[in-house]
Amino acid sequence: MTAFIELDNVSLRYPGGDVLALASTDMKIGQGDFVAVVGPSGCGKSTILKLVAGLIPATTGNVMVDRHEVRGPSKGVGMAFQNPTMLPWLSVRDNVMLPLKIVPPFRQEYGSKKKTEFADRAEALLKQVGLAGFGDKRPWQLSGGMLQRASLCRALIHEPRLLLLDEPFGALDQFTREELWSIMQSLWLDKKPTVILVTHDLREACYLGTRIYMMSARPGRILDIRDVDFARPRTLAMTFTPEFTAIVQHLRMQIADSRGVALEAA
Amino acid sequence: MKLDPRSRQRLLSVLSVLALFLLWELICRLFNVSDLVLPKPSQIFKVLFERLPALMPHATQTLFTTVVGFGLGVLAGVLIGVMIGSSKLAYDVAYPLLVGFNSIPKVAVVPIFVVWFGAGTVPAILTAMTISMFPVVVNVATGLATTEPELEDVLRALGASKTDILWNVGLPRTMPYLFASLKIAISLAFVGSVLSETVAANRGIGNVMMIASGNFDVPLVFAGLFILAFLGVALYAIFSFIEHKVTGWAQRKTDFSIA
Ligand SMILES: Nc1ncnc2c1ncn2[C@@H]1O[C@H](COP(=O)(O)OP(=O)(O)O)[C@@H](O)[C@H]1O
Ligand SMILES: [Mg+2]
Repeated sequence: MTAFIELDNVSLRYPGGDVLALASTDMKIGQGDFVAVVGPSGCGKSTILKLVAGLIPATTGNVMVDRHEVRGPSKGVGMAFQNPTMLPWLSVRDNVMLPLKIVPPFRQEYGSKKKTEFADRAEALLKQVGLAGFGDKRPWQLSGGMLQRASLCRALIHEPRLLLLDEPFGALDQFTREELWSIMQSLWLDKKPTVILVTHDLREACYLGTRIYMMSARPGRILDIRDVDFARPRTLAMTFTPEFTAIVQHLRMQIADSRGVALEAA
Repeated sequence: MKLDPRSRQRLLSVLSVLALFLLWELICRLFNVSDLVLPKPSQIFKVLFERLPALMPHATQTLFTTVVGFGLGVLAGVLIGVMIGSSKLAYDVAYPLLVGFNSIPKVAVVPIFVVWFGAGTVPAILTAMTISMFPVVVNVATGLATTEPELEDVLRALGASKTDILWNVGLPRTMPYLFASLKIAISLAFVGSVLSETVAANRGIGNVMMIASGNFDVPLVFAGLFILAFLGVALYAIFSFIEHKVTGWAQRKTDFSIA
């Protein structure tokens, strides 16, 4: 299998930064994979996403997406962040439809289809994440969890082949977060985009990820790669099984080791 | 009696204006204040009413120079604001110049405009323009600069060009800032045009007031002042109304203030 995304010895130093934000990193991600990247804050997780999206050029090494070297901002890649960044002057539906205004071929048809086909498409997606009937609301009328659902819809409306998620559930409470894991999983199973999810929640990584990349503290580099082969769709109950807990525990220990912190034996 | 908050607010503002005039009238009568110092409101209104036909062309002239100057000022302000708000280089180059330019007292530029364009309409328009431009520039540039970096990443990853981002995010986000600045700019435009009229013009309310004060016709001076106040309030109200229509999303809090 040839990789859909390939990082070959990639490192990054931000302009004016004295230390590497990311030290020689190799990654190989197959098409349709769900990859989770975990690691302590500041280890370069967001930097990896920016490199893959072509928002910043690598200092050394090569980033390949779909067998092409990334040289500038990508086209049509879906992204979602911890901050849902909805535009307050647009309805939730129009916010979700924003990518259709930008990404071809939708872009050319936006004027003629925004009231019909595209609006229906947005409604269908909103329904899928449990926001049926909220399309006409304004963003400020929604809770944080609901905004994050809308933000996922915005990242997926144009059916991207690549979805980059930067701690999208990081600001949510535990209950909402677990609910969104399940929604995220079904969205992924539905269209099978390639997903890179950045998170510092190890349970989240194990629940959603098919493969987990563990990163060390800065300068970030990859410590370990771990495949998680529980069957899909995964359930919340499954996260309490000994097998699942063992994986989470293992990851936690490794990160602690790498930071030289003695974790008290559980 | 119960009134909804909107009507109560309107009623209160009308009453406060009436109360001010009443108090003014009372003080003038009680202390027998001379007309040469402070004419009574009743007298000012009488002058205003009697001389309205003669004053109208001047009022139109002032309104004309103000609105044209304001329009040009806003146009230039938006263009410069977009330029320095969306490019770091343009910002670094233009901002010190703008600040320096803005700190020049505008009275000082009127004689220059007069030398270049002669007395009359043109310097009034240009003064109104230069004085009303600055708040627009600053507000537009600020509005553009406050776009969240995450949102910009989302859009750039989709393949959005700079113009896409400007149209879909930058400019709409700037609207509340722009309209806030328009209300300031229209008042400043009046300052500019009247200033220029008092120095170098043979028409306009500023000119009328200048001549009237030379003749010690103080009630007429005040009548001119009232006309300016009326024009200023009217234009301010128009822009507040448009602002409310266009940028209601930024004022959502007031929607909930139902008592
Ligand atoms: N725009 C930037 N300029 C300079 N340094 C940056 C910039 N963005 C991130 N960094 C630095 O690079 C390192 C990695 O950042 P980031 O990828 O955001 O980490 P993470 O997402 O894992 O928390 C951090 O130490 C951070 O301080
Ligand atoms: Mg980050």
